Amino acid sequence: MLINVNMTINGKAVSGQVEARTLLVEFIRDHQRLTGTHVGCDTTQCGCCTVHVDGKAVKSCTMLAVQASGKSVLTIEGLAAADGTLHPVQEAFREHHGLQCGFCTPGMVMVGVDICRRHPNADEHTVRLELEGNICRCTGYQGIVEAIMDASAKMAGGKA
Amino acid sequence: MGQFGIGQPVRRKEDVRLLTGKGLYTDDVNFDGQVWAAFVRSPQAHAKILSIETSAAKSAPGVVAVFTGSDLKADGVGTLITDVEFKDLAGKDMFRPKRDFMTIDRVRFVGEMVAVVLAETQAQAKSAAELVMVDYDALPPVGSTAFAASPDSPVIWEEHGSNVGVHWENRPEAEIEVQMAKAKTRVIIDIVNNRVVPNPMEPRCAVAKWEDGELTIYAPTQGGRRIQQGLAKTVMNLPADKVRVISADVGGGFGIRGKLYPELGVVSWATRKIGRPVKWRGDRSETFVSDYHGRDQINHAELGLDANGRVVALKVWTIVNCGAYFAENGPRLPINGGGRIIPGVYDIENFYFSVKPVLSNTVPTDTYRGAGRPEANFLMERLMDAAADATGLARDEIRRRNVIKQDQMPYRTQMGMLIDSGDFIGNMDMAMKAADWTGFEARRAESAKRGKLRGIGLSNFVEPSGGRPTEEMRIAISPDGKATVYAGTHSHGQGHETVWAQLLNSFLGIPFENVTLVQGDTKIMPKESAGTFGSRSSWMGGVGLQRSAKRIVEKGTKIAANLMQAEPEKVSFDAGVFRAGTSSVTLAEVAKASYEPKNLPDGVEPGLDESYFLKRDPEEFNYPNGTHVIEVEVDPDLGKIEMLNYIAVDDCGKVLNPFIVHGQVYGGVAQGIGQAMTEMTVYDDEGQLVTGSFMDYGMPRAHHLSMIDALFNEVPCKTNDLGVKGAGEAGACGAPGAFVSAVCDALKDFGIRHIDMPMTPDRVWNTIQKAKAAKKA
Repeated sequence: MLINVNMTINGKAVSGQVEARTLLVEFIRDHQRLTGTHVGCDTTQCGCCTVHVDGKAVKSCTMLAVQASGKSVLTIEGLAAADGTLHPVQEAFREHHGLQCGFCTPGMVMVGVDICRRHPNADEHTVRLELEGNICRCTGYQGIVEAIMDASAKMAGGKA
Repeated sequence: MGQFGIGQPVRRKEDVRLLTGKGLYTDDVNFDGQVWAAFVRSPQAHAKILSIETSAAKSAPGVVAVFTGSDLKADGVGTLITDVEFKDLAGKDMFRPKRDFMTIDRVRFVGEMVAVVLAETQAQAKSAAELVMVDYDALPPVGSTAFAASPDSPVIWEEHGSNVGVHWENRPEAEIEVQMAKAKTRVIIDIVNNRVVPNPMEPRCAVAKWEDGELTIYAPTQGGRRIQQGLAKTVMNLPADKVRVISADVGGGFGIRGKLYPELGVVSWATRKIGRPVKWRGDRSETFVSDYHGRDQINHAELGLDANGRVVALKVWTIVNCGAYFAENGPRLPINGGGRIIPGVYDIENFYFSVKPVLSNTVPTDTYRGAGRPEANFLMERLMDAAADATGLARDEIRRRNVIKQDQMPYRTQMGMLIDSGDFIGNMDMAMKAADWTGFEARRAESAKRGKLRGIGLSNFVEPSGGRPTEEMRIAISPDGKATVYAGTHSHGQGHETVWAQLLNSFLGIPFENVTLVQGDTKIMPKESAGTFGSRSSWMGGVGLQRSAKRIVEKGTKIAANLMQAEPEKVSFDAGVFRAGTSSVTLAEVAKASYEPKNLPDGVEPGLDESYFLKRDPEEFNYPNGTHVIEVEVDPDLGKIEMLNYIAVDDCGKVLNPFIVHGQVYGGVAQGIGQAMTEMTVYDDEGQLVTGSFMDYGMPRAHHLSMIDALFNEVPCKTNDLGVKGAGEAGACGAPGAFVSAVCDALKDFGIRHIDMPMTPDRVWNTIQKAKAAKKA
């Protein structure tokens, strides 16, 4: 049996028919073909699939598409400004070498935005603990932690 | 050179694309009309296959076909076999078992493929895969490394009669025992180098289509040329140019993604068989049991020292667990990969080493970041710490007395390798100073006040780099003066889009933003490409570009001379401009002219498009080296280790982009710390992989690590024109030895001198309890 879902993704109203078991990430990647959101595991550990649902970071592999119906979803594709200006967290990742292969990156950026919102001027300890749910194999997290700290300070300073 | 040239910390070109979700990874690719593949994998570690019943699966909803290994064999699909051959001292060849792309009558590890289901949707394929009934007749499994090598172990390849593929030795042991007998002090250690699961963040996947007599397959590889050749020859029975392998963005490689995996063969064969595109999206659980694993050695070693603490002889016995089959490079790693560099940065004349690659009912092991060198360096550094204990010398002092000095360079090792350059004492001085080694005792005392045990450790390393000895690079300049690099190398995180543009900026004066990288497509990349692994790209790719650029200038000079009506000998080139007397033309103008035959001197072909096929002596490497120092705090009540401070001093030769090389160091260190601290791969007695997901396997997280201070002690390499040495694997070589040394330093008052990796809280706590109990007794 297929179920109708309606939601806003990156400001655009979308709808579709999904199975009850269809995950939000499958709806995003396979139905909407927004492939910036990645899947790195099958146990909700890696965080590559992190998106925002109604403004909060959520692992989209652990939410059913039907649960997101009626909600507003933001993916990595919708984070930069319409004119292409990067979000301060994206810019900070670039500045601090917060990515190498880029696979965990969309999730890291989306969770980074969430961390910055909840922790203005976040310190290193806070950022490292907050990243518990996101795994990176390339960077040793160094550039990621530096980027989120930097963006958090800049966003708290009213620059974003 | 300006802000975009060699040596500048240029921010990466690739980042905006990857930060905005515009990357193109394999799973982002879909073909119209594709079917989905799901593999049936063995839940048994070791069993005979009595029958495979596929009829229920075939009639399940959406199923298009179900195939087994017999179907592939009937179509003439060949087998995988290791690339390496070794002989024992008596001249007997190593056993080289053949691996079917899908096994037919026997399974030898949990996760081995026995059938593939193709269906209209992924969910249908996965559901139907559960309906494939395999009748297994279980055989006794061999899970552990030590057991595999023991004479009591079941044999998993009866035709060989032993699990030991070969007993390789560099020379008769007795020759070195003669020297060892002269030692005043003999130090013996037994250590385990734990198996790790590489786990690039992108799960393994593939999507293939057969069209007009040609196979196209997308897959995450480290440069598809060898995979193309393997698929063409072994699976498809086609000329290589009828197979196209594309790896656009790849979510991490770490050595293990450079291989021809059986899944790629099955997907390629299946798309031709059914005439529809086939997609396979492996999940993480499948990645755990299908990507090759890394490390997994047991080492017994003996070091003899004279009265001055100088090494007189070294003997090493290694057992390496290669898994159910010898993978492409499996048995090479402990021998040519890392074993022969075990003496490391130390001047050791007398060296015996013995290696037994063993087969077991586990996932095969192959190259993983460092590929034998982290194991070798770790072993040597544990020996040096043990030698410090035995002689009463400080850990740095015993090392200082034995390292190869700069005036001994170039240094020919006992195994015949030529280390061209390196400042090993300088590395130690720089690292210890940056770490405030002399001020450590005060910090230890401060920690003790808080009930914490503080320790400091150091590790030296050297790691021959360069990988396969050939690579081809091409530079094409279009009429508008923009350049395209066609690379045989493959960037999957290393930032080649950026670094190759920096090189062209330096060599040819082409604006950084006007350089585009084309890689990862066998149809358009250079013919002789090998790919990226073994810390080889800056050397093989960088020098290849340098020489291609030289050819561009040589040809450009002829055209420029013609344009300026000057003698070619009078034409000079600098920063993108050809000059002769007061005349000048830019490279862009020359490029434009090169496509107009009227501008060309006699005998000069149109276009400005040059490549270089770089070949080096296969036995010539470069030698990245360094000293890493780490400080840790152990909570003795919890066994928990906190990493406080990390100093990495690396000699990567000439640094092309410090920003990117720092990133390589951080990532390598994190993988080394992961191996030392959190990453435990557990097979139980039944051969089940207990740590088969991110819930059970300890991937290092952000909170396990501290900031890493990466410093360079830059000694340009003397054997290549750019002066570069490798950088990708250094961190993984330096970190484990430093980490274990630091923890043992913290625990020295308990008399604890070694704990095997990974030093999990459980292991550390239990070791402390045992030490306490022993003290009381």
